[in-house]
Amino acid sequence: MGMTMTQKILAAHAGLDKVEAGQLIMADLDMVLGNDITSPVAINEFRKYGFKEVFDREKVSLVMDHFVPNKDIKAAQQTKQCRCFASECSIKNYFDVGDMGIEHALLPEKGLVGPGDVVIGADSHTCTYGALGAFSTGVGSTDMAAGMATGKAWFKVPAAIRFNLTGKLGKCCSGKDVILYIISQIGVDGALYKSMEFGGEGLASLSMDDRLCMANMAIEAGAKNGIFEVDGITEAYCNGRVKHEIKVYKADEDAQYEQVINIDLSSIEPTVACPHLPENGRKASELGDVRIDQCVIGSCTNGRLSDMETAAEIFKGRHVAKGVRCIIIPATQSIYLECVKRGYTEIFINAGCVVSTPTCGPCLGGYMGILAEDEVAIATTNRNFVGRMGHITSKIYLSSPATAAASAVKGYICDPREL
Amino acid sequence: MIVKGKVHRYGDNVDTDVIIPARYLNTANHAELAKHCMEDIDSSFTSVVKKGDIMVAGSNFGCGSSREHAPIAIKESGISVVIAKTFARIFYRNSINIGLAILECPEASEKIEGGDEVEVDFDTGVITNHTKKETYKAQPFPKFIQNIIAKGGLMNSISEK
Repeated sequence: MGMTMTQKILAAHAGLDKVEAGQLIMADLDMVLGNDITSPVAINEFRKYGFKEVFDREKVSLVMDHFVPNKDIKAAQQTKQCRCFASECSIKNYFDVGDMGIEHALLPEKGLVGPGDVVIGADSHTCTYGALGAFSTGVGSTDMAAGMATGKAWFKVPAAIRFNLTGKLGKCCSGKDVILYIISQIGVDGALYKSMEFGGEGLASLSMDDRLCMANMAIEAGAKNGIFEVDGITEAYCNGRVKHEIKVYKADEDAQYEQVINIDLSSIEPTVACPHLPENGRKASELGDVRIDQCVIGSCTNGRLSDMETAAEIFKGRHVAKGVRCIIIPATQSIYLECVKRGYTEIFINAGCVVSTPTCGPCLGGYMGILAEDEVAIATTNRNFVGRMGHITSKIYLSSPATAAASAVKGYICDPREL
Repeated sequence: MIVKGKVHRYGDNVDTDVIIPARYLNTANHAELAKHCMEDIDSSFTSVVKKGDIMVAGSNFGCGSSREHAPIAIKESGISVVIAKTFARIFYRNSINIGLAILECPEASEKIEGGDEVEVDFDTGVITNHTKKETYKAQPFPKFIQNIIAKGGLMNSISEK
């Protein structure tokens, strides 16, 4: 019986020829990640148990992104703790105000993660790097602490669901619509404890940004990881960017999948996940009259350059509807700079949007766009749980940047093809 | 080990944002986090919970964010064990790593109601519902995980080496 792509990567990192679903293994880590919220808990544990040095100062990344620039005194204390720890342990990949970005946009952009790597991060959306053909998964702070100390983590080898992609995306559709559609089909625990492995000829039409967005939301189906086959698009992205040695793993011909799901990309339509679960996906065109108070375009899911480009195309020569607040957050400093150079920032401001420095801020109801009682938002973020962006009676609809921008212009949720 | 307490009952897909809203994640202080445990789903929880009480929920408990603050807040509020049909994987891992007892038991998850008096024997995995006069059997942990728990959590288990 053959192995899936995930199983092959895990076997190689555990020093084993073969692993199978359900097996418990100890694997070597290529990167351990934390942010300003999860790292303090990990640092406390790391220190409490008397560890002095991290296992490899180049294989730990600390990214200050959730409440940074600091939203209040307590947040400032947490960032300060991370900053001191990074300095004490000479951690090379420490990113603070000025060079930070949203972690899951930043690490791929900097080439710190690549195909064949095993990555853990104390952030659930660490599964994003599966887009590059890495095994990458979210863990908690204690796992992060143990990972920083030993360079290892324990895993139960996951079974997998294979998503066989065919066809090509239609007008105004993106990776976000595909993943929202998939989650609407399998549910928020449809891939619980499993890998979601994406492959097939349809991959050729999915950009790296589309793939990063799709892998990012694997956790919203309960998955342990999402992973994409490595192809020319991956190689072109990694070329010159990823400095460490990369290794490409392919699933065996006879790999075992618990389920194979065929997705024809040409059948995907602009999709919106209604409150209060990411599995409540519906076609944007069928939503009826849903008025919005706020639109957020950004996050580790959709704050990349192509997302900014899509939004700029829609906002060019148009204006945000009266009564709607639109917040645009490029995910990294270099994306921000590119938005300025390409004139997107000017388009956004002329359209009545605000443009923020990179931060996770509003996605998790931290700051920079909190919702009041009964307010409704459309957001390109990843979760629409009760109270996620503010008041517990507020409502969040998740969508692609195209659908969010078009809805901000109209003042109600619409299919972007209507514009 | 045996624990006994009154049940706080929740449904499916209880996410970590309602267990501990992100607006309180500007601190890692356990007692501070416990003050806001379950606030967005059950505003009376912190005022009625007693040490030893038990939390029972449906499927996919703890889905969403990887914040370890969620199992920390539950543990610090006095809950002795969380019983659910299934747990989201990061929450499951985090609970083991920090020493919050959790049990997967579909039958218990289906039958136990809020307010029931329930007793859990971790050695046998037997859950006794004194209110309904029923017993249910939970899945025991794999040996590998029992070892982590026996050593007092993940950090203890690695620092011993």
